[in-house]
Amino acid sequence: MSLLGEDQLTEDGEFVINIGPQHPSTHGVLHLKTWLNGETIVKIQPHLGYIHRSIEKMCESLSYRQYIFSTSRMDYLSAHMNNQACVLAVEKGLGIEATPRAQAIRLILAEVTRLTSHLLWWGCTGLDLGAVTPFFHAFREREALVEVIEESCGARLTQNYCVPGGVMTDLHPTFQTKLKKAVAQVKGKLDEYDELLTGNVIFEQRTKGVGFLSYDDAISYGCTGPMARASGVSCDIRKWFPYDGYDKVQFDEVIMTGGDCYTRYMVRMKEMKQSISIIEQMVDNIPEGDFLTKTKNVIKLPKGDFYQRVETARGELGVLLVSDGGSTPYRVKFRSPNFSNLSAMEHMVPGQKIGDLVAIMATIDLVIPDIDR
Amino acid sequence: MKLLLDIGLAPAASAIHNWLSANLKNEMLVTITDMVITGLCLLGFLVVFCLFLGYMERKVAAFMQVRRGPNRVGPMGTLQMVADTIKLLFKEGLTPDGSDKFLFNLAPFIVVITSMLVMAPIAFAKNLQIWDTSIGILYVSSISSITVIGILMAGWSSYNKYSLLGAMRSGAQIVSYELSIGLSLISIVILTGSLKMSDIVMSQQNGWWIFKGHIPIIISFVIFIIASTAEINRAPFDLAEAEQELTAGFHTEYSGMKFAMFMLGEYINMIVVSAIAATIFLGGWMPFHIGHWEAFNHIMDFVPSSLWFLGKTLFIIFVIMWFRWTFPRLRVDQLLNLEWKYLLPISMVNTILVTVMAIFGWHF
Repeated sequence: MSLLGEDQLTEDGEFVINIGPQHPSTHGVLHLKTWLNGETIVKIQPHLGYIHRSIEKMCESLSYRQYIFSTSRMDYLSAHMNNQACVLAVEKGLGIEATPRAQAIRLILAEVTRLTSHLLWWGCTGLDLGAVTPFFHAFREREALVEVIEESCGARLTQNYCVPGGVMTDLHPTFQTKLKKAVAQVKGKLDEYDELLTGNVIFEQRTKGVGFLSYDDAISYGCTGPMARASGVSCDIRKWFPYDGYDKVQFDEVIMTGGDCYTRYMVRMKEMKQSISIIEQMVDNIPEGDFLTKTKNVIKLPKGDFYQRVETARGELGVLLVSDGGSTPYRVKFRSPNFSNLSAMEHMVPGQKIGDLVAIMATIDLVIPDIDR
Repeated sequence: MKLLLDIGLAPAASAIHNWLSANLKNEMLVTITDMVITGLCLLGFLVVFCLFLGYMERKVAAFMQVRRGPNRVGPMGTLQMVADTIKLLFKEGLTPDGSDKFLFNLAPFIVVITSMLVMAPIAFAKNLQIWDTSIGILYVSSISSITVIGILMAGWSSYNKYSLLGAMRSGAQIVSYELSIGLSLISIVILTGSLKMSDIVMSQQNGWWIFKGHIPIIISFVIFIIASTAEINRAPFDLAEAEQELTAGFHTEYSGMKFAMFMLGEYINMIVVSAIAATIFLGGWMPFHIGHWEAFNHIMDFVPSSLWFLGKTLFIIFVIMWFRWTFPRLRVDQLLNLEWKYLLPISMVNTILVTVMAIFGWHF
């Protein structure tokens, strides 16, 4: 009857435990096969595919207008940035550019989305480390931002606001005033967040020195986004390959060199401040004019490959469109940030405790549908 | 109110006793009936108090989390816990295949019964104490350490790896933190020279120990609160049931009323540690007095002693809830470090300080 019977242990006497696919801290259907020695993790093996919906294959039978919408369901917290990448790839193929107004709208909404995503991440990080209260506080501020998005494009989570050539509809007349109010609210609360979680002794103990990822490892595992920037890798697509007018706004790429969970946390906290600053610069400077460049009803891209990358809340999202000249893509490939970031976990986790595994997962900021697509 | 709580209960008890003695000829039968009635009263009190605490916890959590908490069932949501209890009563209590069925079903009872036993020597009000044994403090600290057996039993018999990990964590945690609790209790025993609960309360007639005992007793009090939070597996020390790591830890496989009994045990434990802290550090049912402010002291005396006791207990319970809803959880090695590297050495030094203080009579 004993749990530690022969059949339950590996040859080396390790205790195998399956964390997920149904587990409170995997934030979705991720399955981590974990080999334990007491509380210490010896080896970890992520098993994927529980939420694979073959979005890439589906896109091959959808037109260039339609394929954008299924990508909202990949990284659903950065839905707008996913759409943006797809739209920019089509625009690259057509050789057109969105109107200045459309670009500004997309940029602002991308930053608002980044802010909502980081706020949700902040709440979930607290939750994963056992502090329930941050989750509710983060949602209070996120709600204000989401309502601004909802008013303009009608959706709260899977926005689908971008279309080739611009955005679907013009902004709501009250957009600017509401956004300013919401952003001011977030800005005011960020210090409160620091008091609640960042400065907490237990929180620092749980995250400092945990899940170390070196500069070289971050590059060799292909990590991007806040995770790589916490290891000192400069990889912000907004700086390196500006799109939609990111070259015209002032912001700093947050780079820190700690490489542990605490640094990853701090990078995201600082990124929120940068996003707020970008929104504040742009919100009163949205150019007047059309919100949409006219395109043909049936978009046909010339034969060739078109690649576009954007910086989502989790890192670099790449969209590769292979066109054979028809009205649907011949092949679509997404380079999703979470997949590469997850792969580094096998390297970071061994030697840590179970509690650290949760902290590491939280600061990687995994969105499982983005890994499987 | 004052009449009912302070004077009423003790005469009521003796009235029942006299009536029983008159009607039941057998002395032993009278004693047994007395005991059963007392036990039932305690049981009823604890269950109702636990329901209230469940409601209070939800409201406290809601207050800290910018939401309203239960507000649909009954006025202000007060009947929410009753509704939840009825739901749990009707739920199927599953026993997993492969589990050790006897131990699996026994474990929740051990947890609840041991935590209820600890209530026996606690003085709820003036003249209201079930069992004023001469070894009160010793009894409390020894009985409360049996709880860990129930938790280990639950984890081991569940045939679930998460449960096993949770139970092992809990075992290490409770056994370690017992030491600090013991040492901080001893500091008061040194000062009063008695293990008897009523003596300890009476010794605080001219001032609570937390005011009389200088800094060493304040240190003891803080250590007692930290260590007892760990002892009863509440956040930030809720490693045994760490939801985000081990789903629900040692009670992962429990459902229905068996699960409810673990929750009941947790809340009773919370009452127990708060009541003990209130008794030994905050003067039990003794009212709050300031020196020679006669008028003020008289007003304080007018508040029933049971309300003083309940108020102090609820204050400490609120502090423990406050911890839970604002702190992240510690990691298992940090938890043990905290006890063995910080709390235990500090309490040892503190015990020496208290002894020196007691010898030279430096306390008030």
